[in-house]
Amino acid sequence: MRFPLLRFILKRAGLAILVALTVSLISFSLLFLSGDPATAIAGEHASDQDVEAIRRIYGFDRPMLVQYWDWLVSALRGDFGESYYFKLPVASLIMDRLSITMTLGVCGISFALLTAVPLGVAAAIKPNSLIDRLALFLSVAGQAMPSFWFGLILIVVFSIQLGWLPPSGTATPLHFVMPTIVLGYYAMPAIMRLTRAGMLEVLSSDYIRTARAKGAPEGLVMFKHALRNAIIPVVSLAAVQMGFMLGGSIVVESIFALHGAGYLAWESISRNDLPTVQALILVFSMFYIVFTFLADVLNAWLDPRMRAG
Amino acid sequence: MTQTADPLLQDIIGPTPGQLLRKRIFGHQGLLIGGVVLALLVIVALFAPYIAPHDPYAQSLLARMEPPVFLGGTWEHPLGTDHLGRDYLSRLIYGARVSLMIGVVAALISGLIGTAMGVAAGYFGGRVDAVVTFLINVRLAMPVVLVALAVVAIFGGSLTVVILVLGLLLWDRFAVVMRSSTLQVRGREYVAAARAIGCSNTRIVMSEIMPNIVNNLIVVVTLEMAHAVLLEAALSFLGLGVQPPTPSWGLMVSEGKQMMLFEPWLVLIPGFVLFALVLAINLLGDGLRDVTAPENRN
Repeated sequence: MRFPLLRFILKRAGLAILVALTVSLISFSLLFLSGDPATAIAGEHASDQDVEAIRRIYGFDRPMLVQYWDWLVSALRGDFGESYYFKLPVASLIMDRLSITMTLGVCGISFALLTAVPLGVAAAIKPNSLIDRLALFLSVAGQAMPSFWFGLILIVVFSIQLGWLPPSGTATPLHFVMPTIVLGYYAMPAIMRLTRAGMLEVLSSDYIRTARAKGAPEGLVMFKHALRNAIIPVVSLAAVQMGFMLGGSIVVESIFALHGAGYLAWESISRNDLPTVQALILVFSMFYIVFTFLADVLNAWLDPRMRAG
Repeated sequence: MTQTADPLLQDIIGPTPGQLLRKRIFGHQGLLIGGVVLALLVIVALFAPYIAPHDPYAQSLLARMEPPVFLGGTWEHPLGTDHLGRDYLSRLIYGARVSLMIGVVAALISGLIGTAMGVAAGYFGGRVDAVVTFLINVRLAMPVVLVALAVVAIFGGSLTVVILVLGLLLWDRFAVVMRSSTLQVRGREYVAAARAIGCSNTRIVMSEIMPNIVNNLIVVVTLEMAHAVLLEAALSFLGLGVQPPTPSWGLMVSEGKQMMLFEPWLVLIPGFVLFALVLAINLLGDGLRDVTAPENRN
């Protein structure tokens, strides 16, 4: 079999496209789950003729599959229709807000990786030591911490009591400190546990014993031999977490009043602005699908054993 | 039987599996702490009407935002009152009912869906497995909070809607874990033996496979219970979950947020109870995993 990596990539890309199509069908059908969209746009006091007119203008009188096809084709061209509330093209609304969410996502995952990986490594090097206990405590607490509550506590302590950090907005990099911590802490426990478990497994393997036996310095053993192998699944998990985080940023953005895509989602849902909600569900899903695809490809490239699966 | 046995004989036989299990359970701090805290909260939720000092819905304009007793309040309202003069302790106690109900029922629904899918995929393999794996991928690609918020907004926030939405969304981990657990035991000799004597698929799954993977199932149940409790609180906090005046902890944090500047305890107390419940469930789950499958630790 030639080009195993290429074959893997093509197969994996096909799956990603199928998943994306299914998600698009589900998020499109949300519009019809909500009852009659024409009545929703017209408002409570509209007459029957008005509702009928809106139905024709928006094309709600056509068969559902035809509407889905039209919606999908325009979505592929980057046209998600017009927001009911803002009366603006949904695509440009989302594009405007996405940069804040992306910034937050990148900061959040970096924070999570920069704290979780060193802690996980340190915990694995000395199991049951103080640092292992601390890492375990942080991850157990992190998994149980409601992120909205954690965010509010940070605001109480660092904005109200100490006055060090601004409580809301996006004006300066300082504004992103607390949202980054809250969002990053959400992803940290899983990454930390996986790093620790991976390191423990690798450190007990034969090639580490060999490296030590031939007298390689401990630092070289840890970083060149052990961490490089233990980090492979972590890369994959980080990509998955990044996808989850973009979706989870809705809570963090609403606490800290960051007007990103997550905040837009919350606004649109509260205002029944379905075209925006549909588009956002699709956009967040696409991020997840693309990240996991890239992670799988990267994994297959780093670890040839994965290509078989 | 062990009581009557010769002590010398017992030395030779060693502890029975039951004794070993009991020793592991009582030697596991996390499991004990989690179990005790969770049991206390369940008791509080079950007997809420007898324990709560006041009616959780009774408002009193004259007694608004009284501080808790440790901040100079009175024992009339041990944890103070909220912005409508409702007794905070009573609302917390009734809130335990909401959280636990959501956690248990949502985990039950998603557990049924996910276990059926996962076991079918692992047991039958082939096309069934391909379809289930695909559905898991689709489900994972959907942003949970966003979809849950949108569906709750469409159908209106109520306890039933929130439970159903979470139950129908959180089956992914059940499916993933049950699928891989089934794959592990599918090839064992006892399954082959059951097949050889002509057992039906139903019988093989129910009496050969399920008993051997149920410990993994229990761990996922606790994880997803905790997940559902946290998600309900987040939805209610965002105003699109359980609606007022129902005493939900997430909603209490959200209501307290307005007065957070002057009365931070309004936010701190319900959030802490929520944290304690989720922590207890997680500790119990981790503990059960360690105790039932000690080789899986770390």
